[in-house]
Parts: sequence; C-alpha cells; structure tokens
Amino acid sequence: MTSLIAFLKKEGLEQVRTGRLVVLGCLFAVLGIMNPAVAKMTPWLLETLSDTLSDNGLQVSSVTVDAMTSWTQFFKNIPMGLIAFVLLESSIFTEEYRSGTLVLALTKGFERYQVVLAKSAILLCLWSVCYWLCFAITCGYNALFWDNTIAQNLAFSAACWWLLGVWVLMLVVLLSCAANANTGILAGTGTILLGTYLIGLFPNIKTCSPLMLLDSAALLSGAARPSSYHTAIAVTILLSAAFAVLGVVMLNRKQL
Amino acid sequence: MDMLRITNLRKQFGDKEILRGLELSVPEHSIFGFIGKNGAGKTTTMKMILGLLQPDDGAVYVAGTQVVYGHSACNHFIGYLPDVPEFYSFMTAPEYLAFCGEITGMQKSEIKRYGRELLELVGLDGETHRVKGFSRGMKQRLGIAQALLNRPRLLICDEPTSALDPVGRKEILDILLSVREHTTVLFSTHILSDVERICTDAAFLNDGVVRIQGPLAEIKAKYRSTEYLVELERESDIPSLRSRFKDCKNPGKNQIVFRDNKNALYDLLRYFSDQKIPVHKIERMEPSLEDLFMEVVEK
Repeated sequence: MTSLIAFLKKEGLEQVRTGRLVVLGCLFAVLGIMNPAVAKMTPWLLETLSDTLSDNGLQVSSVTVDAMTSWTQFFKNIPMGLIAFVLLESSIFTEEYRSGTLVLALTKGFERYQVVLAKSAILLCLWSVCYWLCFAITCGYNALFWDNTIAQNLAFSAACWWLLGVWVLMLVVLLSCAANANTGILAGTGTILLGTYLIGLFPNIKTCSPLMLLDSAALLSGAARPSSYHTAIAVTILLSAAFAVLGVVMLNRKQL
Repeated sequence: MDMLRITNLRKQFGDKEILRGLELSVPEHSIFGFIGKNGAGKTTTMKMILGLLQPDDGAVYVAGTQVVYGHSACNHFIGYLPDVPEFYSFMTAPEYLAFCGEITGMQKSEIKRYGRELLELVGLDGETHRVKGFSRGMKQRLGIAQALLNRPRLLICDEPTSALDPVGRKEILDILLSVREHTTVLFSTHILSDVERICTDAAFLNDGVVRIQGPLAEIKAKYRSTEYLVELERESDIPSLRSRFKDCKNPGKNQIVFRDNKNALYDLLRYFSDQKIPVHKIERMEPSLEDLFMEVVEK
C-alpha cells in the first residue's frame, strides 16, 4: 500500500510539474465559462447577424435563452474537453516505456498491477476534477443568470457523460498496456469508438452501448427517462472494470 | 554461496538465437565482470535476471529464489543500474531517492538518513536542481545511489562506464569497489581495463554461452603462458642467442620472446652466465584480459 501511495504521489507531482494539471484545469474552466457565455450571447449574435440573414431570406424572430440553452451547450462542448484530455494524457504509460523510468520502479519490486492501478486512479481522479469543475462553473453561472430547476435529471445526465469519460479513459489504459507508442493508443481509441458507434446503429444493441450515454442531454428536457440508460450504465461499468483487468494481464506479459 | 545462479538460459529473437544455454554462478560479495562484445546478450541476460524478459528455457535464481517473469518479488534483493539510466525529470535527486525508498517500503527516517549518505557517496549532496538538467555522469551517479538505496544483496550494472569520460569512469568504479562489503556486484562491460581494475571474478560471454568463468586470478593462472620476454642490454647478442635457441621470436630490437619447454629456461640462464651476456630483464608474460577475450571471441 505504501508503494502504491508513493507511485500515486509521483503521478500527482508529474501532473503538477509538467503543467498538465494547469492546462487541463484552465481548459475545462474555460469550457465551463463558455457554456453560459455562448447562451448569453446568442440573442445578441443573432441580432447582429439579422440583417445578413434577412438578405438571404431568413427571418430572425426574438430568441429567448435560459438554463437549458446553456446546458445544451455544456453537452456539446464536453466532447472537446474529453478529446483534449485523451490527447494530453495518452502518453502516460508510453513515455515511461520510452524513457525506461518504469523499468527502474519495477526492478525495485513495484508490481505491474500497481502501475495500472495508480495510473488509472490518477487519470480518473483528474478527469473527475476537470469534468465536475466545468459542470460546477456552468451550474454556478446558470443559477446566477437563469433557473437551473428547468433542467430535469441534471445530475444524472451529467453523471452519465462523466461515466462515458471513465470508459474512454479505461480504454486508453488498456491500449497503453498493449501498445508502445501513443499514436497506436490514439488510433486504437478512435477505431474502437467508431466500431462501437457503428454497432450501436442497430436499435437492439444501442440501449446496451456505452455510446448511448452520449445522448444523456435528452434527459434534461424529459425526452428520455433515466431507466432507459440503466443497461448502458451497467455495461459501461462492467467494460471499464474489464479493461482494467485486461490491462493488468497485458502489462504482465509485456516485455519491457 | 552463490548470490546468482543461471542454468541453461536460452533466448531467441526472431531467427536470431541470442542465448544458447547460458550457465553462470556469481559468488556472494564478489565483483563480477560480465564480459562480452556488443550484442553478445549481456543486457538480455540482465533483463531476464530482473524478470523483465521471458526466457525461452532455463532458470534464474537470485539468493536462492527463482525469478518469475513479470513478477517483481526477487527484485527486492536487487539494485539495478541500466546502461543509460533515465529518471523522472521533474524531480530533484533527493525527491527521486525518496520515491524509490517509498516504493520499496523503507521507513521515511531511513530513507532520509541513508538517502543523504548515498548522495554524499556519489557526490550529489547539495544538488538542488531537477534531474532534467543533469549531465550523463550525474545521472549515472544518481543511478548508483538509487540502485543501492534498498541495500540490495545483488547490484546489477549494465555497462556503467561505457559512456563516461576517464574521470567519470574512475568515480563509478571507486563507488562499485566501495560497496563490495555489503553487496555482490554484477557488471557487464566490454572495457577490459575496468574489469582488471576492480573485479574479483569474471565470465566471458560469446555466441550465447559463457566460455570462461571463475575468479580472475584463477582464470589468469589457468591461461598463463609459458612464454618469457627477455630483454638484453646489447642488441648484438641477439643473433647468437637465436641460433642457439631456435624456439624464440624477436619482437623488438634487443628483445626475444622465449618459450619454456623442458626446462629450457635453465639452459637459457646457464647460457647467459657462460657467455657473460648482460640481461636487462626476464619477465614471464602474463596473459592480459584482452588476449583472453580475443581468444574467446575468435574460437
């Protein structure tokens, strides 16, 4: 346990000193501010563009914005945050393979499963902090400008998207245990996400697919019920755990 | 007792067979030179000792415990210095040693005390910069400090001096020499002068097998030649000497190399005495490690 805590401390220090924590923190804070800001500016933007739009035959009527507009924007922006997160953190294992720093830790008796555990924990912890920071900022501004209560199942739908992020990050961990370069990890993540999306096009499978959680914004307006997401949530949790276990098996077999 | 024992170790990468039944025994408290040319399989062997590579066949025992590939239990006995050590560049040397100590389960007070001692030993005490700015020699010295931190019973160094200047090399060799009391040292190298300088034992690896191994003094004695170098004061005495003793070579102006067959040395000494030939020196030719290495490689 002491060794695991020491490795976790090292991972945390690395995030701080390499500036990744600051970059991700700023990015997600900006995204959090952008959601209400874009909603707030929408009427002004449309008014400014109304003359151009009317020249093109489009009539702009008065637009009313509320917390729902901002929350819709939140679910549109958060994929960008997740992509940036994956891009920045995809080298969390491979950089150690390349430099040989992990070998030194392993030759001191540090177990490989602890590497997977510590790196997964730091990724999930960082993702949670960034995601909920973005959520809290949007929530705070929405409460200031409008009324958050019009968004139904807000916490549940936000948790669904957070869980999707967890699944994607555990996929990154699994691929990191198999591949040696982060280009392989990024390509693998993209391919598996595309494959999951294509499989999810079959109506019967869609309700079990982790990518069902992408549509969790539909919960806000009441267009969908939380119960229809339960299967997808269970599958996502199981797959995430399976990725972690498979990752340990693969790293145990990896020649370093 | 053997600190390290390797039996019938085999490893193949693709078509190339790197190790073909390697057998090795490293006695406790020895400084063991593991000699072989580049690509002979020294690093591969070391990685298998550390459980980082899976052998195709054979077994490795460290302090009597068998090494299992992918598991690190045996590594509690081992300190490892790779040929080009790399550390977390965002840490300082004391922070890195603290990290190493904590992952090996050492007490904090022990890490602080022994870490400071080791940093003094390797000359990095008072170094407050992050590892990012360290020179190669400094990294090598930090590498030795981290390898010694858990008081290993076996210290494995992979070509620790090959990339260093003469001052850096001397520093590293002195450190290795100073830790012999507590630790068995196995170091791979192709710099034979380093082996002659500090090693008590050695093994020559070629074609995937150990050709010669044992205490250095015994190896040298076993391969001691029967040749003598005789240096005369006058070059003019050489022709008569060569005509009297056919089995000798003339490598230098007033030198001959003479093979001692059937007490021929006594005949030679008698001849010098009878002919009153002044002799500068007579020296038994010791085989250098280089000669042995060349012999092993060319076999």
